[in-house]
Amino acid sequence: MLDLSKYQSIGAALKDALDQFAPEVCLVESDREREKERLTYRNFKERAHPLAKALRDSGFSANDRAAIIMTNQSKWLISAYSIFYSGGVLVPLDYKLTPEEQWQLLKHSSASVLITEYPIWRQLASAPSHGSVTNLKTILVTEAPPKADLSGARRWEEFRSTSEPTFIPRNRSDVATIVYSSGTGGRPKGCMMTHENYLEQCIALTSIYPFAPGVRYLSILPTNHAIDFMVGFFGPFICGAAVVHLRTLRPEYVREAFPKYKITYVSLVPLVLKNLQKGLQARFDALPSGKRKLFNALVAVNKVFTKSQPRLALSRRLLKQVHNAFGGELRAIIVGGAFTEPQTLQFFYDLGIPVANGYGLTEAGTAITVNDLKPFRADTVGKPLPGMEVRIVNPDSDGIGEVSVRSKTVMSGYLNEPELTAETIVDGWLMTGDLGRFDSTGHLLLFGRKKNMIVTEEGKNIYPEDIETAFESLPVKEFCVFAANYVWPQRTMVGEQLLLVLHLEQGQTLTDELRRDISARNSRLLNYKRVHGIVLFNEDFPRTASLKIKRNILAERLMHLDRASTILPL
Amino acid sequence: MRTIDQTTQEVLDLASKHFQVPANSLAPEDDFFKKLGIDSLQALELLSRLENHFGIELPDYEVQGVSDFRTLASRIQSRL
Repeated sequence: MLDLSKYQSIGAALKDALDQFAPEVCLVESDREREKERLTYRNFKERAHPLAKALRDSGFSANDRAAIIMTNQSKWLISAYSIFYSGGVLVPLDYKLTPEEQWQLLKHSSASVLITEYPIWRQLASAPSHGSVTNLKTILVTEAPPKADLSGARRWEEFRSTSEPTFIPRNRSDVATIVYSSGTGGRPKGCMMTHENYLEQCIALTSIYPFAPGVRYLSILPTNHAIDFMVGFFGPFICGAAVVHLRTLRPEYVREAFPKYKITYVSLVPLVLKNLQKGLQARFDALPSGKRKLFNALVAVNKVFTKSQPRLALSRRLLKQVHNAFGGELRAIIVGGAFTEPQTLQFFYDLGIPVANGYGLTEAGTAITVNDLKPFRADTVGKPLPGMEVRIVNPDSDGIGEVSVRSKTVMSGYLNEPELTAETIVDGWLMTGDLGRFDSTGHLLLFGRKKNMIVTEEGKNIYPEDIETAFESLPVKEFCVFAANYVWPQRTMVGEQLLLVLHLEQGQTLTDELRRDISARNSRLLNYKRVHGIVLFNEDFPRTASLKIKRNILAERLMHLDRASTILPL
Repeated sequence: MRTIDQTTQEVLDLASKHFQVPANSLAPEDDFFKKLGIDSLQALELLSRLENHFGIELPDYEVQGVSDFRTLASRIQSRL
């Protein structure tokens, strides 16, 4: 692995990695049963440098911003490398957002380049906001059909220059990426991450979970997400490891990929991990009685021997069939993006498959704590990574308070939001808005959120304010969206939901027609952004002089209502 | 060649069988996430069933953002 302490930027480290590991395989791309691409680090460089040169020739220069909207694939990483090589700032956007949301973020980020897939571009180009975004100078689309109307874009495959590009160096304190942690509906939160943020995070993570040539990482989480960017791109590349991309994320193809590519690590969101657990449990339950007893006995033996630390070789022998289904070389499943229930973590650990859970947020540069498995503690989110100072602010009598972090991995701030940045980073400490406490062994336990938001099991951060535009002009006196656990704190990270609070006009009732209107608006939201219940509140909402809702005061008033009987199903 | 109405009906029939809900409880305009109470992974399972049934490949991007049976059927129809 490269010694990252000697590097100033992501681009410089990746540039050296491509030379140092030239003959090693760095990328495999599979589409269903077909392997589409297999690139060595040398091949990667041969693909990326002509693109970097063409970007430079088109006027793209240091500090210019380039957005990528793509599903996970080799072209994503080749494009990102070319941007860093050219001294640019990468803006990785979520391909699952709606075209309107994507345009909003493209505008907010002031990106001058957009690199995307043809089907995504087709939708973007036909969206009403297309004409209102004028900052884009170059649009590159991949895999466009031969006679396709490109609506002003150019073909990624043809956008190359032959001469060798000049590497543009950057400093550690320069912004490397702008990563949107949330806020597509209202106030976009573009986290400005520096090169130092990534270099230091990578040093910390690889000290616990090392990559090396021969390690194969299955990249399923979207690469625009901080976790996959780190463990599905930067981390493996600076260690000479390989990344496997699947163009189709159907469960059957994901399952096949483990044995086919002998996967070493994979990152999953809790929803997928739970689904995997359900599937395995169903297969165990279907075993004939005798076999099930034998299997349970082997699991019990494995539990005894892995109590203090994982013993992969032993677990693979004891529970061979389970491990073979995962390819036989899986070292750990990395789970992130949202809170994972302890019983799910324990389920896999008992099978001899360690789950590296942790806790982090984009603003902190991915992970703050990680389970170091010494011993495995399913009830916690692990210990702080090296270089992380973590403290609990204003703890109550149980020691529970707001988790705050100080480290070289913390973002420099939110793009164009100095006030929000000042509220979030106080005297160098990032206020996470999450509630937690440390136990006597230094493991962090989480107990809900201080802020009005939810994180779905798919790892999506949802701020209620962003949902409210969907209910604009609803025929009621006033309305507001809340995270249920913000109104009624539960001291848990599980089962988070959004609620629509309605104040009806005098004499108005919640009719079927009004319900239908709410349901119709709700269903136009992406499924993970939808509200789950209605709360009727018969008082005027407290408001500021500028008529903004005082959410904290309204939440305090709602808290006095009985949660169970107050929430009406939608 | 199937008509779009036939394709839509076959999508509804397959969804009702796969998720074991009465066929007459599903309508083309229904939001399948909500009506079937499924998550995004279960929706992917349904897509695989539909691919096998219709003998087509539906790239993930084609069904990105689709949540009602009618639109899903139209995406299938365009590949038949």
